[in-house]
Amino acid sequence: MTDVFEKRRYRLRAMKKLLSSYLPADQMTACPKCQREMPIREKEDHLGVCPYCGYHWPLGAQKRLQMLMDGGAYTELHADLAASDPLEFPGYGDKLADARKKTGMAEAVLTATGEIDGRACVVCVLDGRFMMGSMGAAVGEKLTLAIEYALENRLPLIIFSASGGARMQEGILSLMQMAKTSAAIRRFGDAGLLYISVLTDPTTGGVTASFASLGDVILAEPGARIGFAGPRVIEQTIGEKLPYNFQRAEFVMEHGFVDAVIERGKLRAALADLLRVHEGGRT
Amino acid sequence: MNLSAHERVLIARHPQRPNAREYIDALFTSFFEMKGDRLCGEDGAILGGVALYHGRPVTVIATRKGRTLEENLRGHFGMPSPEGYRKAQRLMRQAEKFRRPVITLIDTSGAYPGMQAEERGQGEAIARCLSEMSALRVPIVAVITGEGNSGGALALAVADRVLMMENAVYAILSPEGFASILYKDASRAAQAAGVMRLTAPDLMALGVIDGIIPEPAGGAHADAAGAMRALDAAITAQLDMLSGKSGETLAAERYDKFRRMQAYTTLAPCASQGDEHEQAD
Repeated sequence: MTDVFEKRRYRLRAMKKLLSSYLPADQMTACPKCQREMPIREKEDHLGVCPYCGYHWPLGAQKRLQMLMDGGAYTELHADLAASDPLEFPGYGDKLADARKKTGMAEAVLTATGEIDGRACVVCVLDGRFMMGSMGAAVGEKLTLAIEYALENRLPLIIFSASGGARMQEGILSLMQMAKTSAAIRRFGDAGLLYISVLTDPTTGGVTASFASLGDVILAEPGARIGFAGPRVIEQTIGEKLPYNFQRAEFVMEHGFVDAVIERGKLRAALADLLRVHEGGRT
Repeated sequence: MNLSAHERVLIARHPQRPNAREYIDALFTSFFEMKGDRLCGEDGAILGGVALYHGRPVTVIATRKGRTLEENLRGHFGMPSPEGYRKAQRLMRQAEKFRRPVITLIDTSGAYPGMQAEERGQGEAIARCLSEMSALRVPIVAVITGEGNSGGALALAVADRVLMMENAVYAILSPEGFASILYKDASRAAQAAGVMRLTAPDLMALGVIDGIIPEPAGGAHADAAGAMRALDAAITAQLDMLSGKSGETLAAERYDKFRRMQAYTTLAPCASQGDEHEQAD
Protein backbone atom coordinates (compact mmCIF):
# COMPACT_ATOMS: atom_id res chain seq x y z
CA MET A 1 0.00 0.00 0.00
CA THR A 2 2.65 2.49 1.00
CA ASP A 3 4.36 1.81 -2.29
CA VAL A 4 1.34 2.93 -4.23
CA PHE A 5 1.13 6.18 -2.31
CA GLU A 6 4.82 6.78 -2.56
CA LYS A 7 4.64 6.27 -6.32
CA ARG A 8 1.73 8.64 -6.49
CA ARG A 9 3.58 11.25 -4.47
CA TYR A 10 6.58 10.81 -6.71
CA ARG A 11 4.40 11.21 -9.82
CA LEU A 12 2.82 14.31 -8.29
CA ARG A 13 6.19 15.81 -7.59
CA ALA A 14 7.34 15.00 -11.12
CA MET A 15 4.16 16.48 -12.53
CA LYS A 16 4.61 19.58 -10.43
CA LYS A 17 8.12 19.96 -11.76
CA LEU A 18 6.91 19.53 -15.30
CA LEU A 19 4.03 21.94 -14.79
CA SER A 20 6.17 24.62 -13.27
CA SER A 21 8.64 24.33 -16.12
CA TYR A 22 5.88 24.96 -18.67
CA LEU A 23 3.86 27.38 -16.54
CA PRO A 24 6.28 29.34 -14.41
CA ALA A 25 3.46 31.51 -13.04
CA ASP A 26 1.40 28.54 -11.95
CA GLN A 27 3.04 27.63 -8.68
CA MET A 28 2.06 24.63 -6.65
CA THR A 29 1.00 24.51 -3.05
CA ALA A 30 0.42 21.63 -0.66
CA CYS A 31 -2.51 21.19 1.69
CA PRO A 32 -1.13 21.23 5.24
CA LYS A 33 -3.76 18.71 6.33
CA CYS A 34 -3.80 16.03 3.60
CA GLN A 35 -0.50 16.98 1.95
CA ARG A 36 -1.98 16.84 -1.54
CA GLU A 37 -0.29 19.19 -3.93
CA MET A 38 -2.25 21.41 -6.25
CA PRO A 39 -1.71 24.53 -8.30
CA ILE A 40 -2.32 27.67 -6.27
CA ARG A 41 -4.91 28.58 -8.88
CA GLU A 42 -6.91 25.47 -8.03
CA LYS A 43 -6.80 26.38 -4.33
CA GLU A 44 -7.98 29.90 -5.16
CA ASP A 45 -10.78 28.59 -7.37
CA HIS A 46 -12.03 26.68 -4.33
CA LEU A 47 -12.07 29.79 -2.09
CA GLY A 48 -8.96 28.62 -0.29
CA VAL A 49 -10.54 25.30 0.67
CA CYS A 50 -8.73 22.07 -0.15
CA PRO A 51 -10.83 20.29 -2.81
CA TYR A 52 -9.61 16.93 -1.49
CA CYS A 53 -10.00 17.11 2.29
CA GLY A 54 -11.90 20.34 3.00
CA TYR A 55 -9.07 22.05 4.87
CA HIS A 56 -9.71 25.81 5.12
CA TRP A 57 -6.64 27.94 4.54
CA PRO A 58 -6.57 31.23 6.43
CA LEU A 59 -7.92 33.97 4.22
CA GLY A 60 -6.70 37.55 3.83
CA ALA A 61 -9.13 40.27 4.84
CA GLN A 62 -9.50 41.84 1.39
CA LYS A 63 -10.15 38.46 -0.22
CA ARG A 64 -12.64 37.57 2.47
CA LEU A 65 -14.65 40.71 1.75
CA GLN A 66 -14.43 40.30 -2.02
CA MET A 67 -15.80 36.81 -1.59
CA LEU A 68 -18.53 37.83 0.81
CA MET A 69 -19.98 41.17 -0.23
CA ASP A 70 -22.38 41.79 -3.11
CA GLY A 71 -20.34 42.23 -6.25
CA GLY A 72 -17.21 41.99 -4.11
CA ALA A 73 -17.73 45.67 -3.25
CA TYR A 74 -17.22 47.37 0.08
CA THR A 75 -16.29 50.76 1.51
CA GLU A 76 -13.49 50.72 4.00
CA LEU A 77 -13.85 52.58 7.31
CA HIS A 78 -10.85 54.19 9.02
CA ALA A 79 -8.39 52.57 6.62
CA ASP A 80 -5.53 54.80 7.75
CA LEU A 81 -5.71 54.04 11.46
CA ALA A 82 -2.58 52.22 12.62
CA ALA A 83 -0.48 51.20 15.62
CA SER A 84 1.66 53.91 17.16
CA ASP A 85 4.10 51.78 19.18
CA PRO A 86 2.94 53.40 22.44
CA LEU A 87 5.45 51.55 24.64
CA GLU A 88 8.33 52.06 22.19
CA PHE A 89 8.81 48.34 22.24
CA PRO A 90 12.12 47.10 20.81
CA GLY A 91 11.73 45.75 17.27
CA TYR A 92 8.00 46.48 17.04
CA GLY A 93 8.38 49.20 14.42
CA ASP A 94 10.11 46.81 12.01
CA LYS A 95 7.52 44.13 12.59
CA LEU A 96 4.76 46.60 11.76
CA ALA A 97 6.54 47.75 8.62
CA ASP A 98 6.95 44.14 7.44
CA ALA A 99 3.31 43.33 8.10
CA ARG A 100 2.16 46.44 6.25
CA LYS A 101 4.29 45.54 3.25
CA LYS A 102 3.09 41.95 3.26
CA THR A 103 -0.62 42.72 3.51
CA GLY A 104 -1.06 46.18 2.03
CA MET A 105 -3.05 46.96 5.18
CA ALA A 106 -2.26 49.56 7.82
CA GLU A 107 -3.40 47.27 10.62
CA ALA A 108 -4.53 43.71 11.36
CA VAL A 109 -8.22 44.44 10.92
CA LEU A 110 -10.16 45.70 7.95
CA THR A 111 -13.48 47.35 8.78
CA ALA A 112 -16.01 48.12 6.08
CA THR A 113 -19.58 48.71 5.11
CA GLY A 114 -21.31 47.02 2.24
CA GLU A 115 -24.21 44.76 1.38
CA ILE A 116 -24.78 41.05 1.65
CA ASP A 117 -27.67 39.86 -0.50
CA GLY A 118 -28.93 43.43 -0.67
CA ARG A 119 -28.78 44.06 3.07
CA ALA A 120 -26.47 46.77 4.38
CA CYS A 121 -24.14 45.78 7.20
CA VAL A 122 -20.82 46.55 8.86
CA VAL A 123 -18.21 43.84 8.44
CA CYS A 124 -14.87 43.64 10.25
CA VAL A 125 -12.24 41.09 9.26
CA LEU A 126 -9.12 40.33 11.25
CA ASP A 127 -6.20 39.26 9.10
CA GLY A 128 -3.91 36.55 10.43
CA ARG A 129 -1.11 37.58 8.07
CA PHE A 130 -0.69 40.84 9.98
CA MET A 131 1.19 39.97 13.16
CA MET A 132 -1.07 36.94 13.66
CA GLY A 133 -4.14 39.16 13.64
CA SER A 134 -3.21 40.33 17.11
CA MET A 135 -5.20 43.09 18.79
CA GLY A 136 -3.27 46.15 19.86
CA ALA A 137 -4.70 49.57 20.62
CA ALA A 138 -5.23 50.47 16.95
CA VAL A 139 -7.07 47.23 16.18
CA GLY A 140 -9.20 47.74 19.29
CA GLU A 141 -9.92 51.32 18.26
CA LYS A 142 -10.83 50.38 14.68
CA LEU A 143 -13.17 47.65 15.88
CA THR A 144 -14.77 49.97 18.44
CA LEU A 145 -15.25 52.72 15.84
CA ALA A 146 -16.86 50.18 13.50
CA ILE A 147 -19.15 48.92 16.26
CA GLU A 148 -20.13 52.49 17.12
CA TYR A 149 -20.70 53.25 13.43
CA ALA A 150 -23.01 50.23 13.18
CA LEU A 151 -24.84 51.38 16.30
CA GLU A 152 -25.30 54.95 15.04
CA ASN A 153 -26.57 53.73 11.69
CA ARG A 154 -28.51 50.82 13.19
CA LEU A 155 -26.78 48.29 10.95
CA PRO A 156 -26.13 44.64 11.69
CA LEU A 157 -22.52 43.82 12.55
CA ILE A 158 -20.43 40.86 11.44
CA ILE A 159 -16.91 40.31 12.78
CA PHE A 160 -14.60 37.64 11.34
CA SER A 161 -11.97 36.77 13.91
CA ALA A 162 -8.56 35.32 13.12
CA SER A 163 -6.17 36.21 15.87
CA GLY A 164 -3.51 35.00 18.23
CA GLY A 165 -5.05 37.33 20.84
CA ALA A 166 -3.90 40.55 22.43
CA ARG A 167 -0.74 42.02 20.89
CA MET A 168 2.23 41.54 23.23
CA GLN A 169 4.19 44.56 21.98
CA GLU A 170 1.56 46.98 23.31
CA GLY A 171 1.36 45.27 26.68
CA ILE A 172 -1.41 46.38 29.01
CA LEU A 173 -2.88 48.72 26.38
CA SER A 174 -3.69 45.64 24.29
CA LEU A 175 -5.35 44.04 27.30
CA MET A 176 -7.51 47.15 27.73
CA GLN A 177 -8.83 46.71 24.19
CA MET A 178 -10.59 43.57 25.38
CA ALA A 179 -12.58 45.65 27.84
CA LYS A 180 -13.17 48.43 25.33
CA THR A 181 -14.45 46.21 22.51
CA SER A 182 -16.56 44.11 24.89
CA ALA A 183 -18.14 47.24 26.31
CA ALA A 184 -18.88 48.52 22.80
CA ILE A 185 -20.46 45.19 21.84
CA ARG A 186 -22.56 45.28 25.00
CA ARG A 187 -23.83 48.77 24.21
CA PHE A 188 -24.51 47.73 20.61
CA GLY A 189 -26.43 44.66 21.78
CA ASP A 190 -28.45 46.61 24.35
CA ALA A 191 -29.74 48.71 21.44
CA GLY A 192 -31.36 45.59 20.00
CA LEU A 193 -29.00 45.16 17.09
CA LEU A 194 -27.64 41.96 15.60
CA TYR A 195 -24.00 40.93 15.98
CA ILE A 196 -22.75 37.80 14.23
CA SER A 197 -19.31 36.59 15.24
CA VAL A 198 -17.53 34.30 12.78
CA LEU A 199 -14.56 32.41 14.20
CA THR A 200 -11.89 31.41 11.71
CA ASP A 201 -8.56 29.70 12.15
CA PRO A 202 -7.15 30.56 14.65
CA THR A 203 -9.22 32.52 17.18
CA THR A 204 -7.46 32.47 20.52
CA GLY A 205 -6.41 34.43 23.60
CA GLY A 206 -7.77 37.88 24.24
CA VAL A 207 -9.92 37.91 21.13
CA THR A 208 -11.73 34.73 22.20
CA ALA A 209 -12.01 36.24 25.68
CA SER A 210 -13.69 39.41 24.40
CA PHE A 211 -15.81 40.40 21.39
CA ALA A 212 -15.44 37.11 19.50
CA SER A 213 -17.36 35.20 22.19
CA LEU A 214 -20.11 37.79 22.55
CA GLY A 215 -22.05 37.29 19.31
CA ASP A 216 -25.83 36.87 19.25
CA VAL A 217 -24.92 34.19 16.76
CA ILE A 218 -21.49 32.56 16.69
CA LEU A 219 -20.41 30.71 13.55
CA ALA A 220 -17.12 28.98 12.82
CA GLU A 221 -15.28 27.66 9.81
CA PRO A 222 -14.52 23.92 9.80
CA GLY A 223 -11.38 22.92 11.66
CA ALA A 224 -10.72 26.41 13.03
CA ARG A 225 -8.80 26.41 16.29
CA ILE A 226 -10.83 28.28 18.90
CA GLY A 227 -9.74 28.68 22.48
CA PHE A 228 -8.42 30.92 25.20
CA ALA A 229 -5.14 29.31 26.22
CA GLY A 230 -2.81 28.21 23.45
CA PRO A 231 -2.35 24.46 22.95
CA ARG A 232 1.33 24.67 23.94
CA VAL A 233 0.51 26.27 27.28
CA ILE A 234 -2.15 23.66 28.02
CA GLU A 235 0.21 20.83 27.12
CA GLN A 236 2.75 22.28 29.54
CA THR A 237 0.11 22.54 32.27
CA ILE A 238 -1.26 19.02 31.94
CA GLY A 239 1.96 17.38 30.77
CA GLU A 240 0.47 15.52 27.85
CA LYS A 241 -0.17 15.93 24.16
CA LEU A 242 -3.58 17.26 23.15
CA PRO A 243 -5.74 15.32 20.69
CA TYR A 244 -6.04 16.84 17.19
CA ASN A 245 -9.70 17.71 17.52
CA PHE A 246 -9.24 19.63 20.82
CA GLN A 247 -10.23 23.31 20.42
CA ARG A 248 -11.35 22.72 16.83
CA ALA A 249 -14.57 24.37 15.65
CA GLU A 250 -16.52 21.08 15.72
CA PHE A 251 -15.31 20.31 19.25
CA VAL A 252 -16.17 23.80 20.46
CA MET A 253 -19.63 23.49 18.91
CA GLU A 254 -20.19 20.15 20.69
CA HIS A 255 -19.32 21.87 23.96
CA GLY A 256 -21.92 24.55 23.38
CA PHE A 257 -19.94 27.62 22.38
CA VAL A 258 -20.62 27.81 18.65
CA ASP A 259 -24.02 27.82 16.92
CA ALA A 260 -22.94 26.29 13.64
CA VAL A 261 -19.83 25.22 11.76
CA ILE A 262 -20.20 26.38 8.17
CA GLU A 263 -17.99 25.72 5.18
CA ARG A 264 -16.55 28.78 3.54
CA GLY A 265 -18.54 28.23 0.34
CA LYS A 266 -21.82 28.35 2.26
CA LEU A 267 -21.04 31.24 4.62
CA ARG A 268 -22.43 33.99 2.44
CA ALA A 269 -25.76 32.22 2.10
CA ALA A 270 -25.89 31.53 5.85
CA LEU A 271 -25.16 35.15 6.70
CA ALA A 272 -27.76 36.32 4.18
CA ASP A 273 -30.33 34.06 5.87
CA LEU A 274 -29.48 35.37 9.33
CA LEU A 275 -29.65 38.99 8.14
CA ARG A 276 -33.04 38.33 6.56
CA VAL A 277 -34.45 36.79 9.75
CA HIS A 278 -33.20 39.69 11.86
CA GLU A 279 -34.17 42.41 9.44
CA GLY A 280 -35.08 45.56 11.27
CA GLY A 281 -33.95 44.29 14.63
CA ARG A 282 -35.71 45.77 17.64
CA THR A 283 -37.40 49.04 16.86
CA MET B 1 10.89 52.38 47.32
CA ASN B 2 13.07 52.39 44.28
CA LEU B 3 12.65 48.89 42.90
CA SER B 4 13.10 47.35 39.49
CA ALA B 5 10.07 45.93 37.72
CA HIS B 6 11.32 42.42 38.29
CA GLU B 7 11.82 43.07 42.02
CA ARG B 8 8.23 44.22 42.20
CA VAL B 9 7.12 41.00 40.49
CA LEU B 10 8.91 39.07 43.23
CA ILE B 11 7.31 41.14 45.99
CA ALA B 12 3.88 40.81 44.36
CA ARG B 13 4.35 37.03 44.49
CA HIS B 14 5.85 36.89 47.98
CA PRO B 15 4.42 33.84 49.75
CA GLN B 16 3.79 35.87 52.91
CA ARG B 17 1.91 38.62 51.09
CA PRO B 18 -1.63 38.97 52.46
CA ASN B 19 -4.16 36.96 50.43
CA ALA B 20 -7.81 37.58 49.61
CA ARG B 21 -9.18 35.81 52.66
CA GLU B 22 -6.97 37.85 54.98
CA TYR B 23 -7.87 41.15 53.34
CA ILE B 24 -11.55 40.26 53.53
CA ASP B 25 -11.35 39.27 57.20
CA ALA B 26 -9.56 42.50 58.02
CA LEU B 27 -11.69 44.93 56.01
CA PHE B 28 -15.21 43.58 56.16
CA THR B 29 -17.65 42.38 58.74
CA SER B 30 -20.43 39.78 58.39
CA PHE B 31 -18.77 38.33 55.29
CA PHE B 32 -21.00 35.59 53.93
CA GLU B 33 -19.39 33.46 51.24
CA MET B 34 -21.55 32.41 48.30
CA LYS B 35 -20.50 29.46 46.23
CA GLY B 36 -21.35 28.14 42.81
CA ASP B 37 -22.15 29.49 39.38
CA ARG B 38 -25.71 28.03 39.37
CA LEU B 39 -24.87 26.33 36.07
CA CYS B 40 -22.66 23.40 36.89
CA GLY B 41 -19.92 24.09 39.35
CA GLU B 42 -17.99 25.87 42.03
CA ASP B 43 -14.49 27.22 41.66
CA GLY B 44 -12.33 27.71 44.73
CA ALA B 45 -10.11 30.15 42.86
CA ILE B 46 -12.79 32.83 43.21
CA LEU B 47 -13.93 33.81 46.66
CA GLY B 48 -17.11 35.85 46.64
CA GLY B 49 -19.99 36.90 48.81
CA VAL B 50 -21.70 39.70 50.64
CA ALA B 51 -20.42 41.67 53.59
CA LEU B 52 -20.71 44.91 55.47
CA TYR B 53 -18.09 47.52 54.76
CA HIS B 54 -18.06 50.17 57.48
CA GLY B 55 -21.71 49.34 57.94
CA ARG B 56 -22.74 49.43 54.30
CA PRO B 57 -23.65 46.29 52.34
CA VAL B 58 -21.26 45.37 49.55
CA THR B 59 -20.51 42.44 47.27
CA VAL B 60 -16.91 41.25 47.45
CA ILE B 61 -15.31 39.14 44.72
CA ALA B 62 -11.68 38.09 44.92
CA THR B 63 -9.27 35.70 43.34
CA ARG B 64 -7.98 33.36 46.01
CA LYS B 65 -4.43 32.21 46.40
CA GLY B 66 -4.36 29.72 49.23
CA ARG B 67 -2.07 29.44 52.23
CA THR B 68 -1.94 25.65 52.24
CA LEU B 69 -1.25 23.19 49.45
CA GLU B 70 -4.73 21.77 49.86
CA GLU B 71 -6.32 25.19 49.43
CA ASN B 72 -4.14 25.87 46.45
CA LEU B 73 -4.91 22.61 44.72
CA ARG B 74 -8.62 23.29 45.15
CA GLY B 75 -8.27 26.65 43.46
CA HIS B 76 -5.46 25.99 40.99
CA PHE B 77 -3.21 28.40 42.91
CA GLY B 78 -5.60 31.27 42.35
CA MET B 79 -6.11 30.70 38.65
CA PRO B 80 -9.86 30.80 38.01
CA SER B 81 -11.84 28.41 35.85
CA PRO B 82 -14.97 29.35 33.87
CA GLU B 83 -17.15 28.40 36.85
CA GLY B 84 -15.36 31.05 38.91
CA TYR B 85 -15.94 33.77 36.35
CA ARG B 86 -19.58 32.74 36.01
CA LYS B 87 -19.97 32.83 39.78
CA ALA B 88 -18.52 36.34 39.69
CA GLN B 89 -21.07 37.37 37.06
CA ARG B 90 -23.88 35.95 39.16
CA LEU B 91 -22.72 37.85 42.23
CA MET B 92 -22.41 41.07 40.23
CA ARG B 93 -25.93 40.79 38.88
CA GLN B 94 -27.08 40.10 42.42
CA ALA B 95 -25.23 43.21 43.61
CA GLU B 96 -27.06 45.23 40.96
CA LYS B 97 -30.38 43.84 42.06
CA PHE B 98 -29.77 44.82 45.67
CA ARG B 99 -28.00 48.04 44.69
CA ARG B 100 -24.81 47.43 46.57
CA PRO B 101 -21.34 48.34 45.36
CA VAL B 102 -18.95 45.67 44.11
CA ILE B 103 -15.38 45.48 45.40
CA THR B 104 -12.99 43.14 43.62
CA LEU B 105 -9.57 42.10 44.92
CA ILE B 106 -7.29 40.68 42.26
CA ASP B 107 -4.21 38.55 42.72
CA THR B 108 -3.88 35.93 40.01
CA SER B 109 -1.24 34.71 37.63
CA GLY B 110 -4.04 34.36 35.08
CA ALA B 111 -7.01 32.23 34.11
CA TYR B 112 -6.36 28.51 34.46
CA PRO B 113 -5.03 27.08 31.19
CA GLY B 114 -6.42 23.56 31.49
CA MET B 115 -8.27 21.23 29.16
CA GLN B 116 -11.50 21.29 31.11
CA ALA B 117 -11.41 25.04 31.48
CA GLU B 118 -11.20 25.26 27.68
CA GLU B 119 -14.00 22.73 27.20
CA ARG B 120 -16.25 24.75 29.45
CA GLY B 121 -15.58 28.01 27.66
CA GLN B 122 -12.85 29.91 29.50
CA GLY B 123 -12.84 32.56 26.77
CA GLU B 124 -16.60 33.01 26.84
CA ALA B 125 -16.64 33.20 30.63
CA ILE B 126 -14.07 36.01 30.67
CA ALA B 127 -15.72 37.84 27.77
CA ARG B 128 -19.04 37.73 29.58
CA CYS B 129 -17.46 39.20 32.71
CA LEU B 130 -16.13 42.13 30.67
CA SER B 131 -19.54 42.64 29.10
CA GLU B 132 -21.46 42.42 32.39
CA MET B 133 -19.09 44.72 34.27
CA SER B 134 -19.11 47.32 31.51
CA ALA B 135 -22.84 47.82 31.94
CA LEU B 136 -23.34 47.21 35.67
CA ARG B 137 -25.39 49.90 37.36
CA VAL B 138 -23.66 49.93 40.73
CA PRO B 139 -20.24 51.27 41.74
CA ILE B 140 -17.30 48.93 41.12
CA VAL B 141 -13.90 49.37 42.73
CA ALA B 142 -11.15 46.95 41.67
CA VAL B 143 -7.84 46.56 43.46
CA ILE B 144 -4.88 44.65 42.10
CA THR B 145 -3.34 43.46 45.36
CA GLY B 146 -0.61 41.19 43.96
CA GLU B 147 -0.34 39.89 40.43
CA GLY B 148 -2.90 40.87 37.84
CA ASN B 149 -2.12 38.87 34.75
CA SER B 150 -3.95 38.67 31.45
CA GLY B 151 -7.64 38.44 30.70
CA GLY B 152 -7.93 36.35 33.83
CA ALA B 153 -7.32 39.49 35.91
CA LEU B 154 -9.07 41.95 33.61
CA ALA B 155 -12.23 39.83 33.96
CA LEU B 156 -12.66 41.36 37.44
CA ALA B 157 -11.17 44.78 36.67
CA VAL B 158 -13.63 46.56 34.39
CA ALA B 159 -14.33 48.94 37.24
CA ASP B 160 -15.14 52.61 37.88
CA ARG B 161 -11.88 52.85 39.78
CA VAL B 162 -8.93 50.54 39.30
CA LEU B 163 -6.33 50.76 42.05
CA MET B 164 -3.05 48.98 42.56
CA MET B 165 -1.07 48.24 45.67
CA GLU B 166 2.30 49.91 45.38
CA ASN B 167 4.18 46.66 44.65
CA ALA B 168 1.44 44.96 42.66
CA VAL B 169 1.93 44.26 38.96
CA TYR B 170 -0.69 44.30 36.22
CA ALA B 171 0.09 42.99 32.75
CA ILE B 172 -1.07 41.36 29.56
CA LEU B 173 0.65 38.14 30.63
CA SER B 174 3.08 36.87 33.24
CA PRO B 175 6.67 37.95 32.49
CA GLU B 176 7.50 34.23 32.00
CA GLY B 177 4.72 33.80 29.43
CA PHE B 178 5.67 37.05 27.75
CA ALA B 179 9.33 36.02 27.50
CA SER B 180 8.41 32.60 26.20
CA ILE B 181 6.29 34.15 23.42
CA LEU B 182 8.54 37.03 22.43
CA TYR B 183 12.00 35.69 23.23
CA LYS B 184 11.14 31.98 23.01
CA ASP B 185 12.78 31.70 26.41
CA ALA B 186 10.78 31.81 29.64
CA SER B 187 13.94 32.24 31.71
CA ARG B 188 14.30 35.79 30.40
CA ALA B 189 11.34 36.86 32.55
CA ALA B 190 13.33 39.49 34.41
CA GLN B 191 14.23 41.16 31.13
CA ALA B 192 10.62 40.93 29.99
CA ALA B 193 9.40 42.55 33.19
CA GLY B 194 11.70 45.47 32.42
CA VAL B 195 9.99 46.29 29.11
CA MET B 196 6.40 45.35 29.93
CA ARG B 197 5.46 48.47 31.94
CA LEU B 198 3.71 46.43 34.57
CA THR B 199 4.42 48.37 37.77
CA ALA B 200 1.89 50.63 39.43
CA PRO B 201 3.78 53.85 38.60
CA ASP B 202 4.08 52.73 34.94
CA LEU B 203 0.38 52.01 34.69
CA MET B 204 -0.53 55.25 36.42
CA ALA B 205 1.55 57.11 33.83
CA LEU B 206 -0.18 55.21 31.00
CA GLY B 207 -3.57 56.16 32.41
CA VAL B 208 -4.62 52.54 32.89
CA ILE B 209 -5.15 52.77 36.66
CA ASP B 210 -6.61 55.46 38.89
CA GLY B 211 -4.54 55.24 42.03
CA ILE B 212 -1.67 53.63 43.88
CA ILE B 213 -2.09 52.37 47.44
CA PRO B 214 1.13 52.87 49.41
CA GLU B 215 2.59 49.79 51.07
CA PRO B 216 4.47 49.72 54.35
CA ALA B 217 8.27 49.80 54.13
CA GLY B 218 9.51 46.41 52.93
CA GLY B 219 6.20 45.57 51.25
CA ALA B 220 2.77 44.38 52.37
CA HIS B 221 4.15 41.12 53.74
CA ALA B 222 6.39 43.03 56.16
CA ASP B 223 3.45 44.75 57.84
CA ALA B 224 0.14 43.20 56.87
CA ALA B 225 -1.86 45.37 59.25
CA GLY B 226 -0.38 48.50 57.72
CA ALA B 227 -1.23 47.26 54.24
CA MET B 228 -4.80 46.56 55.32
CA ARG B 229 -5.19 50.08 56.71
CA ALA B 230 -3.90 51.65 53.50
CA LEU B 231 -6.21 49.47 51.38
CA ASP B 232 -9.15 50.30 53.60
CA ALA B 233 -8.56 54.04 53.34
CA ALA B 234 -8.25 53.89 49.56
CA ILE B 235 -11.41 51.85 48.99
CA THR B 236 -13.40 54.03 51.37
CA ALA B 237 -12.31 57.19 49.58
CA GLN B 238 -13.26 55.79 46.17
CA LEU B 239 -16.63 54.43 47.29
CA ASP B 240 -17.49 57.78 48.85
CA MET B 241 -16.81 59.48 45.54
CA LEU B 242 -18.93 56.99 43.60
CA SER B 243 -21.84 56.52 45.96
CA GLY B 244 -23.77 59.63 44.92
CA LYS B 245 -23.96 58.67 41.23
CA SER B 246 -26.90 57.05 39.53
CA GLY B 247 -26.55 53.64 37.91
CA GLU B 248 -26.87 55.21 34.45
CA THR B 249 -24.13 57.73 35.18
CA LEU B 250 -21.82 55.05 36.55
CA ALA B 251 -22.26 52.79 33.52
CA ALA B 252 -21.83 55.70 31.10
CA GLU B 253 -18.70 56.98 32.83
CA ARG B 254 -17.26 53.49 33.02
CA TYR B 255 -17.84 53.07 29.29
CA ASP B 256 -16.05 56.34 28.60
CA LYS B 257 -13.19 55.42 30.90
CA PHE B 258 -12.37 52.29 28.90
CA ARG B 259 -13.28 53.94 25.61
CA ARG B 260 -10.41 56.34 26.25
CA MET B 261 -7.85 53.52 26.36
CA GLN B 262 -6.45 54.65 23.04
CA ALA B 263 -3.09 54.73 21.30
CA TYR B 264 -2.90 54.95 17.54
CA THR B 265 -1.64 56.97 14.65
CA THR B 266 -2.82 57.51 11.10
CA LEU B 267 -0.91 56.49 8.00
CA ALA B 268 -1.36 57.66 4.44
CA PRO B 269 -4.08 55.45 2.94
CA CYS B 270 -2.66 52.35 1.28
CA ALA B 271 -2.90 52.80 -2.48
CA SER B 272 -2.58 49.16 -3.38
CA GLN B 273 -4.80 46.37 -2.21
CA GLY B 274 -1.59 44.52 -1.50
CA ASP B 275 -0.37 41.55 -3.45
CA GLU B 276 -1.99 38.40 -2.28
CA HIS B 277 0.67 36.58 -0.41
CA GLU B 278 0.38 32.99 0.54
CA GLN B 279 -0.33 32.32 4.15
CA ALA B 280 2.51 30.43 5.78
CA ASP B 281 1.44 26.80 5.96
